[in-house]
Amino acid sequence: MADLDTQIQEARAAIDAHVADIVHWHFSPETGCSFWLDWARDAGWDPAVEVKCLDDLLAKFPNFQDEWLRDKQPEVWVPKAFLGKPFNIFETGGTTGMPKQRIGWNDYKVDYSEFSDTLDDAAFPRDHYWLMVGPTGPRRLRLSIEHLANVRGCSCYFVDLDPRWVKRLIKEKQFDQAKAYMEHVVDQATTIMKNRSVSALFTTPKLLESIAERYENEGSSLYDAGVRGVFCGGTTMDPQYTRFLCEELLENKIGFVPTYGNTLMGLAKHKPLTTEDKYSITYYAPQPRALMRVLNPETGAPVGYGEWGRVELTTLTKEFFMPRFLERDEAIRREPIEQYPWDGVAEVRPFGALTKKIVEGVY
Amino acid sequence: MINIPVLRWGVPYESLETDEVIHHRTGEVLASVGQANPGLLARDMRKAARAREVLREIPIKDLIEMMKKAGDLYLNATLPLGDGEQTPDDFARQQSASTGLPEHMCKFNMEKNHFVLNHMDQIFDALTRGLDLEILQRGFGVEERGVPVSYQAQSPVLGMVLPSNSPGVHTLWMPVIPMQIGLVLKPGPQEPWTPYRMFAAFTEAGVPKEAIGIYPGGGDMGAETVSRCGRVMIFGSTQTVKNYSGNEQVQVHGPGYSKILLGDDVVDQWEDYLDLMADSIYKNSGRGCINCSGVWASRHTDEIAEALAEKVGPYEVKDPTDPEAGLAAFTVPGQAEAIWGMIEEGCKESGTTHVTEKHGARLEQMERCDYIRPTILHCDSPDLKMANTEYMFPFTSVVKCPQEKMIEKISGTLVASAITNDETWAAQLTDATNIDRLNIGAMPTIALNWLQPHEGSIVDFLFNARAYQTPDERLQRLCAQ
Repeated sequence: MADLDTQIQEARAAIDAHVADIVHWHFSPETGCSFWLDWARDAGWDPAVEVKCLDDLLAKFPNFQDEWLRDKQPEVWVPKAFLGKPFNIFETGGTTGMPKQRIGWNDYKVDYSEFSDTLDDAAFPRDHYWLMVGPTGPRRLRLSIEHLANVRGCSCYFVDLDPRWVKRLIKEKQFDQAKAYMEHVVDQATTIMKNRSVSALFTTPKLLESIAERYENEGSSLYDAGVRGVFCGGTTMDPQYTRFLCEELLENKIGFVPTYGNTLMGLAKHKPLTTEDKYSITYYAPQPRALMRVLNPETGAPVGYGEWGRVELTTLTKEFFMPRFLERDEAIRREPIEQYPWDGVAEVRPFGALTKKIVEGVY
Repeated sequence: MINIPVLRWGVPYESLETDEVIHHRTGEVLASVGQANPGLLARDMRKAARAREVLREIPIKDLIEMMKKAGDLYLNATLPLGDGEQTPDDFARQQSASTGLPEHMCKFNMEKNHFVLNHMDQIFDALTRGLDLEILQRGFGVEERGVPVSYQAQSPVLGMVLPSNSPGVHTLWMPVIPMQIGLVLKPGPQEPWTPYRMFAAFTEAGVPKEAIGIYPGGGDMGAETVSRCGRVMIFGSTQTVKNYSGNEQVQVHGPGYSKILLGDDVVDQWEDYLDLMADSIYKNSGRGCINCSGVWASRHTDEIAEALAEKVGPYEVKDPTDPEAGLAAFTVPGQAEAIWGMIEEGCKESGTTHVTEKHGARLEQMERCDYIRPTILHCDSPDLKMANTEYMFPFTSVVKCPQEKMIEKISGTLVASAITNDETWAAQLTDATNIDRLNIGAMPTIALNWLQPHEGSIVDFLFNARAYQTPDERLQRLCAQ
């Protein structure tokens, strides 16, 4: 336990130093972007001087407004140090109307290269093909998965799913159309899988169910189809659902790597499941590049370990600074572990899932 | 507290997600019910054909005998339930505690279910209109009049998305097992008791457990049941009924809007029928679709409403264990308040009068549940908003309407009890397609003849009667076996 305490202190020191460094970067005229420099001028205080550690950041910055990512042109987010370098424009998931946009250069490669190091080679063999079945288009995820396949020595096939269209169909109660679209996506995925050699699959839980069902209806299985590892993300995976995926679809023979993340924060990795976890998945942010907290929605204070609260994200890279963004998710706060000696978030689900109907669709 | 698992073709499955069934007055946790995720059913439906196969290995006449035995077990035996056991008294107490229905009504429902199971041969005969059981079993055969007929099952299983608030509906699915059709039951969150007790009674009586699956869960589980089962019975609002209109796979049981119609020839003697009207409104807590929600007459409606209010208005809320308790609790938070709000809003319309007002406040709110005491309105026109309304408590609008306009104005009506000796009007009522069950004469709406199908025959829903031609020699050989 002493070792873990030491690790926790070291991680805390690392993020304190990183916060000071990143805030100084974004709020210095030599390196920062116009948005944050203007913001500091209007706010009447200088974060570059006043923020020396994580507590300073959490105390002094208000919640990041996602409208800024909809309303502002992308150039305002370009740090001066990146001026003249063409950037990627990434959009967030399944919204309608003007989407939130985040620009970037290299962050996704850093995230996914680091993530690759956590993958088991038996489940995700190096030098072998991946298939991504999910939202591609303007999303960071598409390039990320391709990079992941590349750093592991091979390439990736893609089948697109447009979550905005699915959400619209569901909201308009066009369930037959939504089902037909799902079938269309599954058709394409299984066609690739039957005609090409694929061992690693990235997809959403619902699509994983449908792809598995297609194989099983044909008397086969995902394992028989050659799949050895599944990297999954996108919607709620409560313990029962996770157990269902592992036991029934993956037959406890296929590696399962659930992840939590988005275009704004990056990729949170999961604590490898043990029997004691009872299929409750805990995710850990890629600290110090990003931070996740679980807060009481009424008071804004962190909830106790084991308690539910709203997820708050903070992104801290030289490409992008996003302090205290309140995500539309809720989760259980979990203790640090040796592998990730900082707080985790568990059993993530849409904020208010118990009190209102949330459209998640197939995404 | 009892832990109740999901049953996947009879095999218990301990879900990691559970839902608590709570006592509506004390807050005691009565049971923890495992929740199925829709994917479980999707996978299990690949084995649905097996449910019918195991039942087809047993002759229908033997299954009918099993139903009789199951009825006795259901009514009298201590049966396994999850990780515990359940006596008949436990069952009534638990059902009352979670649904809000008084205990003596739960016991009455047990008697009703027992009656149906115990008379399954007669009910089967009524439902199939006297069809030789061998024909249903074989899929084809020759009727007594010498004509070959064939009945083809449309699905190996019937899916049932069951309600929480009305234990009476369970009689609808009891004839399904002897028809050699399996069952996929999605219980209402507050009423897991009947499906599980029936499963225990059925299997103890010899029904193969592989024929029945029970998948408790939320709305997504209900939707999965509807989408995965070839034939499904669901219970819901008028909107639900509309949503599935024309879908031959789904039989929807919606509100009843059951009514008593007083003919012009008897309306001057309306006092003779007061008890009949009150019983139709109040009995079995007024919660059923066959309870009367409208009394229609061309005259004396003010007096009828006053007399009914005098009769049922004073009924008080009583403890659910009290043998005299006549009202059921609303156990869903906010539901009673919302309903009462709608009634108050409706009473603002000119011509609508709340007649039970003088008998005290109707809405009674408690810590964990609410009640609405019997409520009688008077509507001086059939076109008023409250003239054709139904709520799940003793509620009736007494509506002034000329007899010649009644059939048109009553709209869809599950049970119409038309009290009249006017044969011309009786003939018109017989032809009216907006009336499902028709009683002509002084009969309460709640008087059910179990030997007549309720709201669409289950046989017609599950089987397709079709032409079947084959050489006589083959037909006779196979039918002789």
